[in-house]
Amino acid sequence: MRSGRRRLNLAWLATIPFFAYTFLFLFLPAGSVLLGAFKGVHGGYTLGNVRVLFHHPYIDAYKTSIEVSLVTALLGGIIGLATAYAALREGTPKWVRSIITTFSGVAANFGGIPLAFAFIATLGTIGVMTQFLKDQLHIDLYAHGFTLFGKTGVEIVYLYFQLPLMILVIAPAIDGLRREWREAASNLGASSWQFWRYVGLPVLMPSILGSIILLFGNAFAAYATAYSLTSGTVSLVPILIGAYYTGNVLDNPHLAQALAFGMFVVLAAMMVAYIPLQRRAARWAK
Amino acid sequence: MAYLELQNLHREFAGGVKALDGIEVQLGQGEFLSLLGPSGCGKTTALRLVAGFDRPDEGRIVIDGKDITNVAPSKRDMGMVFQAYSLFPNMSAAQNVEFGLKIRGKHKGERASRVGELLELVGLGHAGDRYPHQLSGGMQQRVALARALAIEPRVLLLDEPLSALDAKVRVQLREEIRRIQLELGITTLYVTHDQEEALAVSDQVAVMNRGRIEQIGPPAEMYSRPATPFVAEFIGTMNRLEATIADPDSGTVEHGGVSLTVDAARGRRRGERVLVLIRPETVELTPADGSGGENTLSGEVIAQTFLGPVTRLKVVGPAADLIADVSTAKAATLPIGMKVTAALPATDARVLELSDPVAERAPELDPVGQ
Repeated sequence: MRSGRRRLNLAWLATIPFFAYTFLFLFLPAGSVLLGAFKGVHGGYTLGNVRVLFHHPYIDAYKTSIEVSLVTALLGGIIGLATAYAALREGTPKWVRSIITTFSGVAANFGGIPLAFAFIATLGTIGVMTQFLKDQLHIDLYAHGFTLFGKTGVEIVYLYFQLPLMILVIAPAIDGLRREWREAASNLGASSWQFWRYVGLPVLMPSILGSIILLFGNAFAAYATAYSLTSGTVSLVPILIGAYYTGNVLDNPHLAQALAFGMFVVLAAMMVAYIPLQRRAARWAK
Repeated sequence: MAYLELQNLHREFAGGVKALDGIEVQLGQGEFLSLLGPSGCGKTTALRLVAGFDRPDEGRIVIDGKDITNVAPSKRDMGMVFQAYSLFPNMSAAQNVEFGLKIRGKHKGERASRVGELLELVGLGHAGDRYPHQLSGGMQQRVALARALAIEPRVLLLDEPLSALDAKVRVQLREEIRRIQLELGITTLYVTHDQEEALAVSDQVAVMNRGRIEQIGPPAEMYSRPATPFVAEFIGTMNRLEATIADPDSGTVEHGGVSLTVDAARGRRRGERVLVLIRPETVELTPADGSGGENTLSGEVIAQTFLGPVTRLKVVGPAADLIADVSTAKAATLPIGMKVTAALPATDARVLELSDPVAERAPELDPVGQ
């Protein structure tokens, strides 16, 4: 005989580790950063830390970080999209797709000191490629003003993981483009360009925008690669935060927290700009 | 003169798979031809060649006297309706219909009035603003039809457009397609694996098997005078009796030790092995009274399948197993387990040469279940 009492559902207990983890390692540090950003060196609350963010050198660090992130997100996004489409489109041999997706899986997660050293060994002042170009093709990159250890160098190195990340995140959307749409467009008289203009790109646009935001955030928060490559000579916000936290020369954790708070604000602003764009691009999917 | 001609089309895919093996079709202007056949028979390949999405290894496609075999799909002026999910998801129903006109640089006012007309024609005048995901499968296919018709194509191509729809909508929409086709007088090539659908809407039906056309003709002729055992079984249901010509003068054949008279067997060679094909609706069943009779086989009813106005009975006997369609009222008097006598018609049976009975059978067709 069944008892009239409802059975206690304990399945939700399995979510406890997740919530405990996010509380301890996401919400608690984020809350601490937010509060710390408004604290002074000698205690008490102040807007001073946030106010100085609008002055040199902090405002320049934000500009550089945003520029590096935008350039690598847009370039990585465009080249990654084109590469992913070329690899996944009908007619491309399956082994090409397999190689590109496998490489992307590895490269998108390659960063920090190993990546910086890999580029120094390749495109550094005595890097293999630098020497090859100089000796075999008589192109001296460094004599023409190029340096791997400046902002352009950071952008080149970031593209190494931005591009494959784009390939990985956009691939499912490209797979979702149905052959029938292309054939129907062609049947109705559309050229390949017209198909992309009226159908392909609009259908992919929500995914492209989402991926570019992801790439922006990925570059904006990167620290170890840029630091290892430039030893901190390129002023990026994460490098400044590191400098203020480690306290080698400067020790002001509250200013570091204010800089991190500024990063939240930049990312939030990006999201605010992204949401209406995304809504507009995906209005047909509602 | 034929408006659309497929001349000796051959297409072989990687791995030596012969999708088309010398297709010949001639279709008059305004005619509706269905390519009918089981999966893998080459019907969709033929349609894709006509649309220009694929090229034949050999042969020509001629429309209105002009060879279009190597013309790009975008320059062929053909409207195509795909199996399903071919509407552009980022465009409303009206924008989908408008697409081909926009590409052709038609004036905005002209586009709007044409889109309105076509949506009305397919019964969706009220749904122009809806996006594809807001439309049912049947509505989406109506929009796809309107989109294909918008460009006033020379030929309308339909690739199993109803296969993803439920039975009721399928019947409704196929009638709509036929009505619109007749109204516009548009030459139409329709691909389907559903023989009922093909017979219901077509002027001509071409039954395909293994990349070849087995028979082409009007639906009634295909049903009543199938040229091959494959066609006979693919279109409708047939009783198949393998027999030997005993007397060519009287049309007597022998099957399982029983002599039967079949008019169509007259004039054939004595001793020739033949296949006698009899439609279930021409078999007459009566309760067995032990007297037998001319052109009869005896047996026992072992199954009844209710089909509405008629009931299909399966009769198993010492000489042959038969299927008979009788009125549902009469079926009530012939219950399962009853001994019956089956009278076979001398005039309505078809006789075909028995070449390769196994290979000639239409695939996936159960004589009772079909």
